[in-house]
Amino acid sequence: MYLPKPRGSLSEAAFDLLRSLPDDQASETGVGVQPDSTEDADLTLWAVHELSYGGFEDVHEQAETSPPVLLLRARLETDLEARLRGRWTGAQPAPADVPAELVRLVAEHDGPSLAEHVHRRADLDQVMELLRQRSVYHLKEADQSAWVVPRLPVRAKTALVELLFDEYGDGDPNRLHAHLFAQGLEAVGLRSDYGAYVDDALPEVFEMNNAASMFGMQRRLRGAAMGHLAAFEATSSLPSRRMVQGFARLGLPKEMVRYYDEHVEADAIHEQTALRDICGTLAEEQPEQAGDILFGAFTCLDLEARFATAMLDRWGVAS
Amino acid sequence: MSPQAFEHSEVVLVPDGPMLVRGVRSVEDADGRVHAVERPVVALCRCEKSSRLPWCDGTHKVIARRGD
Repeated sequence: MYLPKPRGSLSEAAFDLLRSLPDDQASETGVGVQPDSTEDADLTLWAVHELSYGGFEDVHEQAETSPPVLLLRARLETDLEARLRGRWTGAQPAPADVPAELVRLVAEHDGPSLAEHVHRRADLDQVMELLRQRSVYHLKEADQSAWVVPRLPVRAKTALVELLFDEYGDGDPNRLHAHLFAQGLEAVGLRSDYGAYVDDALPEVFEMNNAASMFGMQRRLRGAAMGHLAAFEATSSLPSRRMVQGFARLGLPKEMVRYYDEHVEADAIHEQTALRDICGTLAEEQPEQAGDILFGAFTCLDLEARFATAMLDRWGVAS
Repeated sequence: MSPQAFEHSEVVLVPDGPMLVRGVRSVEDADGRVHAVERPVVALCRCEKSSRLPWCDGTHKVIARRGD
């Protein structure tokens, strides 16, 4: 993958810097340019995070830890965290109540449903567009949560690894979820290389990805990362079933159906273990994490709702 | 604090949810069909309304909401 097209002054300056590294002359004071918009800031942070995943062919691997890039990442993550925390108005729950509070938060969240649209009404063009947008996330599915493993106490760590083992194919590379999605993309005639559709991605896609990466990559935000994971899993089985039914209606190839079919079953399991064995035990052992677990879960639900609203608006569908 | 031994069960009945079962290689459903298990843990439907019997598909949550 190559760096995407910039979407403003900051991404333009940041991508120029990334291409120039490593460079003895590079400034150690960071990129002084302000973003033109949150989209400009979010695309820039997405690209900086990507240096710690698969990287870019036109960026040297040393850029990941070069001082101006680290400063830029810190600045953008501080802004993103403040923006996300500003949307969360919930209270700090008692640690023992965390699983029940998560269930309540998910049940009461009433965002628009893309799966419902796909199930009943979406046309093939809309489904293909949705798959291109989702590819930015699904092609590195579970990687955002994997960062957290070494930072958890014993029970939560065991439960997260059990969940990730299933996400990563139960020892069979052909069943690794991101790989199933890649096979699905090829079968429907889309590109399966990571980042192929980043230039088409809506701003909401970057905000979603950045939140998950930031929660995963900062030890301080481990509670938010696990709350995010629990909400993601708890809102996956039933919508995945609707996606399967919508894809059957449109006659999509079995490889793409298989990805969603797998999530009906897998995420019904992961929902339970993420709520109880990961978030429940984490809150019990590190009670100060209780509030952040709920904050992370809310953020997952809220960002998905923002993305769904943006897609439905784009298609002229009332949400 | 000395390292503690944790209670850890292979079978867990989730309140208002499925039965979690760890470490099995196959499950026989109510019709006598045997399903191979390739996951470390599976969720067996207890509400009998799943579209994926014997597996849980989250349908119990919809039923619970209707019953509220």
